[in-house]
Amino acid sequence: MTAATDLGTHPASRQGVTSRRFLSRFEPYFYAAPAIVLLVTVMMVPLVVGLTYTVRDIRILNPFSGGYVGFAHFEAVWHDQNFHNALYNTFWWTVSSLFFQFFLGLTLALLLNRTFPGRRIIQSLVFLPWAVPAFLSGLNWAWMFNPVISPLPQWLFALGILSEPTNILSDPDLAMWGPIVANIWFGIPFFAITLLAALQSIPGEIYEAASIDGASRKQQFVSITLPFLAPTIAITLMLRTIWIANFADLIIVMTNGGPADSTQIVSSYIFTQAFRRLDFGYASAIAAVLLVLLMAYAVSIIFIRRSLLRET
Amino acid sequence: MASIQITEATKSYGNTAVLHGIDLNIQDGEFIVLVGPSGCGKSTLLRMIAGLEEVTSGSISINERIINDLPPRDRDIAMVFQSYALYPHMSVEENISYAMTLRKSPKEKIASAVNGVSSILGLNGLLERRPKALSGGQRQRVAMGRAIVRDPQAFLFDEPLSNLDARLREQMRSEIRKLHRKLNATSIYVTHDQIEAMTMADRIVAMHDGYIQQVGTPLEIYDKPANVFVASFIGSPAMNFIKGTASASGDGYHLQTDQGHQIILPESSGLKDRMDVILGVRPEHLMIVEEGPASLPATVDLIEPMGLSTLVHVRVGQDSLKIFTLDRPDIAEGTQVHVSYIKEKLHMFDARTEMRLESPV
Amino acid sequence: MAYYAKSKGQRVVDWSVHYGLLACYLFFALFPLFWLFKVAVTPTKLLYSEGIRMWPSEMTWTNFTQVMTDTDFPQFFINSAIVSGSTAFISTLIAAAAGYSFSRFHYRGKAVIIVLMLITQMFPLVMLIAPIFRILTPLGLTDSLLGLVVVYTAFNVPFATFLMQSFFDGIPKDLEEAAMIDGNTRFGALVKIIFPLTLPGIAATLGFVFTAAWSELLFALMLVSSPDAVTFPVGLLTFVSKFSVDFGQMMAAGFLALIPAAIFFFLIQRYLVQGLTAGAVKG
Ligand SMILES: Nc1ncnc2c1ncn2[C@@H]1O[C@H](COP(=O)(O)OP(=O)(O)OP(=O)(O)O)[C@@H](O)[C@H]1O
Ligand SMILES: [Mg+2]
Repeated sequence: MTAATDLGTHPASRQGVTSRRFLSRFEPYFYAAPAIVLLVTVMMVPLVVGLTYTVRDIRILNPFSGGYVGFAHFEAVWHDQNFHNALYNTFWWTVSSLFFQFFLGLTLALLLNRTFPGRRIIQSLVFLPWAVPAFLSGLNWAWMFNPVISPLPQWLFALGILSEPTNILSDPDLAMWGPIVANIWFGIPFFAITLLAALQSIPGEIYEAASIDGASRKQQFVSITLPFLAPTIAITLMLRTIWIANFADLIIVMTNGGPADSTQIVSSYIFTQAFRRLDFGYASAIAAVLLVLLMAYAVSIIFIRRSLLRET
Repeated sequence: MASIQITEATKSYGNTAVLHGIDLNIQDGEFIVLVGPSGCGKSTLLRMIAGLEEVTSGSISINERIINDLPPRDRDIAMVFQSYALYPHMSVEENISYAMTLRKSPKEKIASAVNGVSSILGLNGLLERRPKALSGGQRQRVAMGRAIVRDPQAFLFDEPLSNLDARLREQMRSEIRKLHRKLNATSIYVTHDQIEAMTMADRIVAMHDGYIQQVGTPLEIYDKPANVFVASFIGSPAMNFIKGTASASGDGYHLQTDQGHQIILPESSGLKDRMDVILGVRPEHLMIVEEGPASLPATVDLIEPMGLSTLVHVRVGQDSLKIFTLDRPDIAEGTQVHVSYIKEKLHMFDARTEMRLESPV
Repeated sequence: MAYYAKSKGQRVVDWSVHYGLLACYLFFALFPLFWLFKVAVTPTKLLYSEGIRMWPSEMTWTNFTQVMTDTDFPQFFINSAIVSGSTAFISTLIAAAAGYSFSRFHYRGKAVIIVLMLITQMFPLVMLIAPIFRILTPLGLTDSLLGLVVVYTAFNVPFATFLMQSFFDGIPKDLEEAAMIDGNTRFGALVKIIFPLTLPGIAATLGFVFTAAWSELLFALMLVSSPDAVTFPVGLLTFVSKFSVDFGQMMAAGFLALIPAAIFFFLIQRYLVQGLTAGAVKG
């Protein structure tokens, strides 16, 4: 006690105070520094470097490449039929995956948001697909659609969904549904977990108050549950859209873009350009276009949300 | 022990100023009670003294030494948090002994200190439990124990008894008093409870909107509130106020109330003719009387029997007044009565500044 | 949800629908995994003849034993374990520090850092492969497990940071303040008081990053070529591209690949829900 008092008159401690003040001012940065350094060096710098590739001719196997080509790549992208096709496929891939993932995930979250015997174990099991590595889900579903080693095509035929028990992955009209189904299987748990977390954060008293006020289950869902979930839904839908649009693993493993490019999405097309044809310059240009499109999407969603919020 | 000096201390969050130029000198061993309405900055001030909140400008010193930049652990201060802030993963015993463990006190010393504290606070059977398994009041007592087990330079209490029942609160009040007498450690105590403020404080600091309104002993504050805010805030039931205009009559003044009555005012150098005045009178200084020269006609609105005493609400014109009496008046609501006052006990405030007009009592 | 008084008949209907729907979900979630296992234990000679039977007439573990003895999978497995384990550990450490800083301090530039992190969640990572390859080559980090760890850590830190931040947000600030008054430094309070309380959150983050790293395919495929640094996903994929695919062995290998991630996930998913909740409750 007196020791602390004595310190005050000691000249050394004055210095201690200054360095302490310095420390406390910079303390937050110390904690965040490793993350920042890592992100800048491993993500931001490569991103910028990648953007410079878009205006250069970079082909790995061609020793004469490396020159400046201006906007030639972008011009080529503009006229590239395969890219247009991939863009179109990306749209369907993203929208249908997201639609089913979201609604099935929401239903699952609602089912799990009650206490019932066996809930813990059921929850663990239905969330399991999320733990399955994406490449493995892809392989697994590729086998599931193979009529020789899986009963699934037979079942789909029996249900009248398929006209013949064939492998949909080799049918250009249907192939896209293969990766989409795998993606739905893989992605339901993500939505279920996020939405379940949001549901569980709604205080129970609110429902009790509402049911005393005479609200039916349906009215409670509309007037309490949905408004409470809305912010979570908005942000997860946005992030997931971007994530799914970028998610090429399943397609690369299951169909590699085929048959006849019918499952080629932009990100798998970038992959093909870069690592099958080793044309990094062109691949980077496509990636930059995709980046711009996704940013535009994100910004417009945020903008729409803002203006909706302002109205209410 | 420690004296604490707060000089011109301010606190802002961004552009919101929360505390404005706080000046306060706390003597070694003094028991200071901070009162004020919710949101006036009491917790913020405590947290600045504890070192949990940066001082925006001005200074805080302990024993004449400025400690603005000293981290909390070097200030040797114990604090009871308004939210308790018990460590959920530690038992009651570990919670209480944690500070001593950090200071590497010998085991036996810790054990005996924990024992002493837990019997004072009635926590003996609960030492092994986790905070989760305690009631609100029990948690509050653990939070209290965590502070008083130490022998710090100063104690900071942020509404430490708010969650206890009346009896336990009374008991804890006297325990804290006893403890203070024994350790004689400088203490700053925040409360909303009038009785705690009046009975425990050496001095009360009344705050409002980030300003200190008045500092004084409990009786000074009660008897000579510095302004309308303090007058209305201290005392339960609260002081009655009547608005009017002073007018000279003979060698004194009387108040011409807005309701058209006349009240004779005590002497005060601050009074001037035609000055707007707010008159304050405590409920215990009003009484129901037969009609007389200095009485006001009133209608009884409500009678609140409180056992020991009775609170009579009356209306004089538009002014509602409360009258405190130890009698059990035999009157019905709605009857016409007359109300008189003790002239020497009237408080006068300048209606413009709301500051007290001194009277020689 | 709240409890509702209801007639018995209504309750029976209600719960039948509830369990019925859950059964559908369970079937959809588990059947593919069951099928993986079924093919893995089917003897090669029965693979096609009993391709669509629910369970082979004869069951065998030889596919598993062959994968463990005749292939490089044990090596891939170890590589993956090293990469995922280190990535999980380092990412969680870095993310915990950053998440703590977001949760507890206000400082200049914080918003910029957060936006930066959000943006990294947005752009096509494939775009980074070439530049990263260029940057890592002179450092000798291509074709090495260390290079993968660095890249995976960077990819996982943003989400892990947000996750950790939500866990820290769930712990009242008063607690570490009390600890600081009791005599801790801020860092001491963090280690002694906050970390024990965030343990579930740390576990969830560890598990999350581990599974993500365990699954990563594209970068592993591109950055690594020498067999002693190949991870499990790449190994499995190269297995597919070889002619005369041995389905049984591949399924067995796949099933083995599933186990660590599944175990991790099983242990953590409860905390994952809890962590996201903790973030939401505290305003
Ligand atoms: N982080 C903050 N940012 C902005 N304003 C704040 C912050 N913390 C507190 N305040 C404001 O400071 C004022 C004082 O708060 P403080 O907690 O000191 O009040 P109090 O007197 O302790 O009230 P109570 O009796 O309700 O506990 C309040 O108006 C509050 O809204
Ligand atoms: Mg307070």
